[in-house]
Amino acid sequence: MTRSSFANLRRLLLQAAITVVGVIVVSFFMLHLMPGDAVDALAGLSGSASAESMAALRQSYGLNDPLLLQLARYAGGVLTLDFGWSVSTSAPVFQIIMERLPSTLVLMLTAFVIALVAGIGLGWVMAVYADRWPDRLLSSIVLLLYSAPGFWVGLMAIVVFAAQWRILPLGGAETIGAGLQGFEWLIDRIRHLILPASALAAFFVAIYARLTRASMLEVLHQDYIRTARAKGIHPLRLQFVHGLRNALIPVITMAGMHFGNLLGGAVVVETVFNWPGLGRLTMSALGARDISVLLGILLMTSVLVVVSNIIIDVLIRRLDPRIDA
Amino acid sequence: MTLADPALLAPAPTLRPRRRANPLRHLRDPLILVSVVILLGVAAMSLAAGWLYPGDPLDMVAMPYLWPGDDMGFPLGTDSLGRDLTAGLLHGARATLLVGLSSAALCLLLGTTVGALAGWFGGWADAILGRITEIFQTMPTMLLVIVLLAISDPSLPLIALAIALASWPMVARLARAEFMVQKHRDYVLAARALGYGPARIIFVEILPNVLPTLIVATSVLVANGILIESAVSFLNLGDPNTVSWGSLIGNGRTQIRTEWFLSAIPGVAIILTVLAINLIGDRLTRILNPRLS
Repeated sequence: MTRSSFANLRRLLLQAAITVVGVIVVSFFMLHLMPGDAVDALAGLSGSASAESMAALRQSYGLNDPLLLQLARYAGGVLTLDFGWSVSTSAPVFQIIMERLPSTLVLMLTAFVIALVAGIGLGWVMAVYADRWPDRLLSSIVLLLYSAPGFWVGLMAIVVFAAQWRILPLGGAETIGAGLQGFEWLIDRIRHLILPASALAAFFVAIYARLTRASMLEVLHQDYIRTARAKGIHPLRLQFVHGLRNALIPVITMAGMHFGNLLGGAVVVETVFNWPGLGRLTMSALGARDISVLLGILLMTSVLVVVSNIIIDVLIRRLDPRIDA
Repeated sequence: MTLADPALLAPAPTLRPRRRANPLRHLRDPLILVSVVILLGVAAMSLAAGWLYPGDPLDMVAMPYLWPGDDMGFPLGTDSLGRDLTAGLLHGARATLLVGLSSAALCLLLGTTVGALAGWFGGWADAILGRITEIFQTMPTMLLVIVLLAISDPSLPLIALAIALASWPMVARLARAEFMVQKHRDYVLAARALGYGPARIIFVEILPNVLPTLIVATSVLVANGILIESAVSFLNLGDPNTVSWGSLIGNGRTQIRTEWFLSAIPGVAIILTVLAINLIGDRLTRILNPRLS
């Protein structure tokens, strides 16, 4: 690692830290904008509370302290992974989120891989056949996917594949009570994963396909491609090794920028398929008006986005050494 | 290069005044024509909703579970509570369009203000505003909208505001880049030499030059707003007293195995509307920025 790339990583981490602190401040103020506080929620849950006991609780929770002191306490808590207490489930927020996070990540990463592979593949075909019928046909399909809400694609997939043809399960992450082991368990999980992951991927397939097409077209018109062609390199090698590699740089940059949207989309798609992840946690926290859980999820997913941005940045520098100069 | 350079001696190409492009010529493209017709249709639906179906679309008016075509009085059928899907679709167009347009307008306002200030002043203002933009860009849009709606009582204006608050960074980045380019142009220098203040230069001089680019970008925001609104009301987070296409899909969800048309039809309406907006937006981008296509 050269000195410049080290300095760059340091700058990147510093910016990431500022962003995370900013997200913490924003969520703290949203917590305060909400009518009622944690003590109101506790009182509502217990069914009865006197004004005196509520005042005492507020004092002991530090809710009467100056706003800045409360902010500092909140930020300190978050930085030591104390996201607060979930009133509705009587458990630490961080623990509940960590229980659900893996299953959302499985769904998201599967969808991400599907979207990247299908999107880049489609975009490549579209660019090679630019303005001929394969391009026109695929462009229309891609534009349809680009305009369809993911949850609706999921619902229609349920109608076709689960209700009419009965070849894939309706929802959930595994067959409950089947007690499957080893290979059969894996197949069962994959069967449950196909529909939600595809529904979530649909919109992003469209984004990556459009980007790859535009980027490929630009790259294929560059001088070095003409030189390579003149040298008699096989067209497939030309497109893959010379073209696609360079065309992928903007696609990967955008893929990183859409990571947060993918997380947001997962929330909605999870509710369609009863997928036991952060999305369903979000909905149950909403039902119970458990705002500390909601903010915990917002914080956690924001941190995930920050981390993914750093990874993408490092990856791009690998692909295009000129950026590091 | 000398004076004898043949390129300089060649006769200059005859200059012709550029013909003024007729904006209506784009309607000859069938895709654009269909898109315009779809959008006009949706606008007509939302305007005619109160006149064709003056009652509350949430009222029970017929037998439940009528399939489309069973009873021509209710051409698109009825749901589990005997509510007319046609009335819902027409009234829903209103909510969908309203939220889509107003969220995009708010987004444009917020994003342009932040971007203009950051681009014009640069330095510290740019650094601070850039960090704030980054913070809002980091938080996943859908989750931010959900949290904003959870801490308040949902209504249509509030949904539009939440969507705008969650998606303005894109406009801010675009506006900042545009302002940074424009502020070094000669006409800005001239305006400065005349002693105009920053407010006048930003709003009267630069903004009219930047606005077309930003407005074209906004077409994406309208589509985005419609998609987010549909997801929000599908999740039952919208205003329970107004019908929107997303809430129709959400209501039909419980009967998805049998009466799937209840969710399918409003979804098709969303796709057609968003598709039309995207097609027109793509074309506008190509007109404004021919280099990209």
